[in-house]
Amino acid sequence: MSAAASVDDEHAQLLARFEQLPRLVNDDADLVRRGAWVDLQFQVGLDVVPYHLTVAGGRIASLDRGPILMASSRFQIQATGEAWRRFWQPVPEPGWHDLLALTKRGAARLDGDLQPLLANLQYFKDVLAAPRRLARAGH
Amino acid sequence: MPAKLEPIVGRYMTLVLGGREHRLYFEEAGAGIPLVCLHTAGADGRQFRHLMLDAAITSHYRVLAFDMPWHGKSLPPEGWQREDYQLTTAAYTEMVVAFGDALELQRPVVMGCSIGGRIVLNLAIEHARRFRALIGLEAADFQQPWYDTAWLNRPDVHGGEVCAALVSGLMAPQAPDVSRHETLWMYKQSGPGVFKGDLYFYRVDGDLRPSVGAIDTKLCPLYLLTGEYDFSCTPDDTLRTAKSIAGAEVTVMKECGHFPMSENPAQFRRYILPVLDKIRGAGAT
Repeated sequence: MSAAASVDDEHAQLLARFEQLPRLVNDDADLVRRGAWVDLQFQVGLDVVPYHLTVAGGRIASLDRGPILMASSRFQIQATGEAWRRFWQPVPEPGWHDLLALTKRGAARLDGDLQPLLANLQYFKDVLAAPRRLARAGH
Repeated sequence: MPAKLEPIVGRYMTLVLGGREHRLYFEEAGAGIPLVCLHTAGADGRQFRHLMLDAAITSHYRVLAFDMPWHGKSLPPEGWQREDYQLTTAAYTEMVVAFGDALELQRPVVMGCSIGGRIVLNLAIEHARRFRALIGLEAADFQQPWYDTAWLNRPDVHGGEVCAALVSGLMAPQAPDVSRHETLWMYKQSGPGVFKGDLYFYRVDGDLRPSVGAIDTKLCPLYLLTGEYDFSCTPDDTLRTAKSIAGAEVTVMKECGHFPMSENPAQFRRYILPVLDKIRGAGAT
């Protein structure tokens, strides 16, 4: 396999892992319970690929790979592919283990109206960390 | 079935700080060298309960931890409702010295974590002769801010929830679940604006970079221990600080974050016991 193909494959795996988020969140009754007050649309960027997510009562009602023209979102969370890869390790390394560790080191950024993010910060942190469970399960 | 009573005893004292009376709560256990423990911003003295229950420590040390005014079971001073709480370097230093004096502690060891670690550096600068040794956990002379403290106290964001959620990432992934959530509970219980008020000292008033070079570890040994997962006070922050202090001993703690004594008591014990043994041994010679 060429180096370019290997990178493409890794990128595809990263996207595939993230696209399992609705199942990972919606099957987690405790996480859904903690997000009971969350009803909004937000955006997550994996490198250059934007995802549009809709949360309804703590459940991920939809997750769509963008870009989608004129899609609304209250806030956006963008990180490099390397950041997400290291963040989703079963036991992430120091400095790659928390959303705000990523923003502090400049590997992620938060934009938009951050009030609903901060008001439900542990919920969103746990939602974004949910793909880590796939790594722990060996997927 | 008889009650499983712990050896920890809690008491209240009245302490005059900044010219105002404060009703201060503290806990203690053990006998021997006084070891005063200073909790992190927005939390309280319960963070040190595992040290107070460790016979390997309490057989040699009288372990004490007070809740700072506005924190835990200590009340804010009369008239608190007309002010915004803001901790300053001078007020924090006065508090630690006054607590020791009030209990007539003879050359205590002081161990502080986070803001407590920062004030330990100032105690080394201003009051080294008063102490047998100083221990800074997650301590540095300055750290880069990593969030806007305006989010900590506003009506459209629950203060306890946001404070806990912010600091949750400062713990190591290896922290046992029960300890992680006990640590977070104290943040969820904190009074409105208290964590933010503590961070005034941490971010605005307590930059010690110009003065740590004056620390003389021959007068008072200084130990700095920082968890590898602490991205608020990173191991690099502590190592950089120690470069300015001849004789400061630095340990980077594996599988620990910003709250080693409460997030992973068993792991912290491996690092703190040798330090306490060394301090005790130095006193015996």
